[in-house]
Amino acid sequence: MDANFFPQTAELLRFLPEIILTIAGTLLLLMEGFKKDGDSRSLIATLAAVAIGLAMYGTVVAYDNPGLAFSNMLVSDGFAAFFRLVALGVGLLTVLCSSSYLQRERSHSGEFYVLLLFSLAGQCLMAAANELMMVFIGLEVSSIASYILAGYLRDDKRGNESALKYFLLGSFATAFLLYGVAWVYGMTGSTNLLEIRAAMEKGVPSMTMVSAAAGLMLVGLAFKISAAPFQVWAPDVYQGAPAPVAGFLSAGPKAVAFAVLIRVFQTAFEPIAARWEPVLWVMALLTMMIGNFSALWQSNIKRMLGYSSIAHAGYVLVAVTTHSTTGTAAAMFYLAAYGLMNYGAFAIVTHVAGKGEGKVTLDDLKGLSQKEPAVAALLTVFLLSLIGVPLTAGFFGKFYIFKAAMDSHLVWLTALGLLNSAVAAYYYLRVLVVMYMHDPETTEHVTAIPGGLKLTMWVTAAATLVLGIFPGLVLDFAAKFAALNK
Amino acid sequence: MDLVLFLTFAFIAVACALNMSLQRHPVSSALSLIGVMVSLAVLYVLLGAEFIAAAQLVVYSGAIMVLFVFVIMLLNTGAEKLTKKAGLAHFLGFPLLVTLLAIASWVITNATSTMAPVKFGAFTKGGPREVGWELFTRYLLPFEVTSILILIAIAGAYRLANKEMD
Repeated sequence: MDANFFPQTAELLRFLPEIILTIAGTLLLLMEGFKKDGDSRSLIATLAAVAIGLAMYGTVVAYDNPGLAFSNMLVSDGFAAFFRLVALGVGLLTVLCSSSYLQRERSHSGEFYVLLLFSLAGQCLMAAANELMMVFIGLEVSSIASYILAGYLRDDKRGNESALKYFLLGSFATAFLLYGVAWVYGMTGSTNLLEIRAAMEKGVPSMTMVSAAAGLMLVGLAFKISAAPFQVWAPDVYQGAPAPVAGFLSAGPKAVAFAVLIRVFQTAFEPIAARWEPVLWVMALLTMMIGNFSALWQSNIKRMLGYSSIAHAGYVLVAVTTHSTTGTAAAMFYLAAYGLMNYGAFAIVTHVAGKGEGKVTLDDLKGLSQKEPAVAALLTVFLLSLIGVPLTAGFFGKFYIFKAAMDSHLVWLTALGLLNSAVAAYYYLRVLVVMYMHDPETTEHVTAIPGGLKLTMWVTAAATLVLGIFPGLVLDFAAKFAALNK
Repeated sequence: MDLVLFLTFAFIAVACALNMSLQRHPVSSALSLIGVMVSLAVLYVLLGAEFIAAAQLVVYSGAIMVLFVFVIMLLNTGAEKLTKKAGLAHFLGFPLLVTLLAIASWVITNATSTMAPVKFGAFTKGGPREVGWELFTRYLLPFEVTSILILIAIAGAYRLANKEMD
């Protein structure tokens, strides 16, 4: 009991992004309490953006001090840094989009940014968690803040429904995860990922019980990444949540949930890989099929993007199923690219939907190319990238995933995945047809795009194209960081 | 002895949990939940985790249940149907309560002189000292991060319950 548990400076540096986010969140909460007028809200938004920028810098500092922290609770490695940056990047885009959105919906208040920062802190913890306890608490911090963000427009019935569904199903799924953790502890006597692995290699009372525990944890994580058959919440939540929040949920929390899935299953549960690989195989296929085929019938764009996000989780699951370093790198690249293109698409929906998000059906996009040619062109970029057309980030994302799958001899999964991509092209192209080949039904006055939203659209579109031409900018890092410490 | 106690209270816990989901009236459900919580506390004691057991009783059966009942009261669920069985409790309730308290205080005053720590099985690290040590050393980070959850709850509750919208 006499070991020194007082955190060293290096340990604090490995935890720097979370420290920055938490302090900033608390300060903004106080600022919101002392505010005198509406102007301070824009200031809070700016400060939140600055805090996220600082946290990104903190991530780099944490990466420069690799190692374990806080009694092996956290691990600061390249893998953690990559996912921390993805989550923080999505968070930054969310702040840029939300300020004008919340003003438009007359719900501008500082708590939005506070909850966002706390949620990001939880996500950064998940990315760096080296312990199942830490995974659980990071997940809770991230999720509970997201539940509130989903229902942020309190007087909006769809938002309330979405938040309640998300909350109830999410809590249910987390209970599965926690029950799995308890079983793992019962079997291996530890919650540390590496110790679990060591205990399993030494021999545990019952391998079946450990597999069942891994299964319970998989249920909880599958919910968070909206993998079939635990995907039912996603379309409802994305449809009802405020558009910037829906974009946030589909990109950031999902990416770090994948990070947890990859880290836990490729370190702690690697000795039973032969048991979980077939399960992931089936899950990946089901997720792609259900996502793509359900998206075909949707006329609401947010709902369609919800199903599309399920399908994309399926593609990433293919990469995870390969259980190889190249597969992990492909998954990392895809999640970063997907965050950019999908957030861009949601940013456009935020603008096109108009006040009260009244215009979110396919018919409302009719003739968008005539009314707002720039917006239509940008949405085209995002949709083409979501299809996976060459010269966009989505192409290389899919290319690396299916290449990794072929390298691991998952021939059938690759073939079925490619067929799925072809099906997906239909519902994305349908949007393009509506935008470019129909005349506008109404001659409404076009509203100007607020600065932050415009910036988000252009930055994500530019990044989508740049990654489509120079994928190495991100892929090199992904490949370097994909090998986990085992 | 341990096995008998375990089976008894495990059965009570499951039965109460089922009853909680099957009852129609929220108050009956809440009362069943108390049964679940208390049986769980007994199971914790059997595992040697006496501090957790005490915390379970104080926090869940005490504080959280009171909160539940308050919420049920605020939501105004309507009156319960009184049955004839209540008549017995009407006459015997108070005398039985006094008897129980008298016996309990007699047992406690007699026992304090010869008291030793509770011990079941081989596990002995369930006391407040050991739990506190683990909480503030090895599990320091998870313990501190839970405070973010509380801040989220405050901000969220304020947001969702605040009347003023601008």
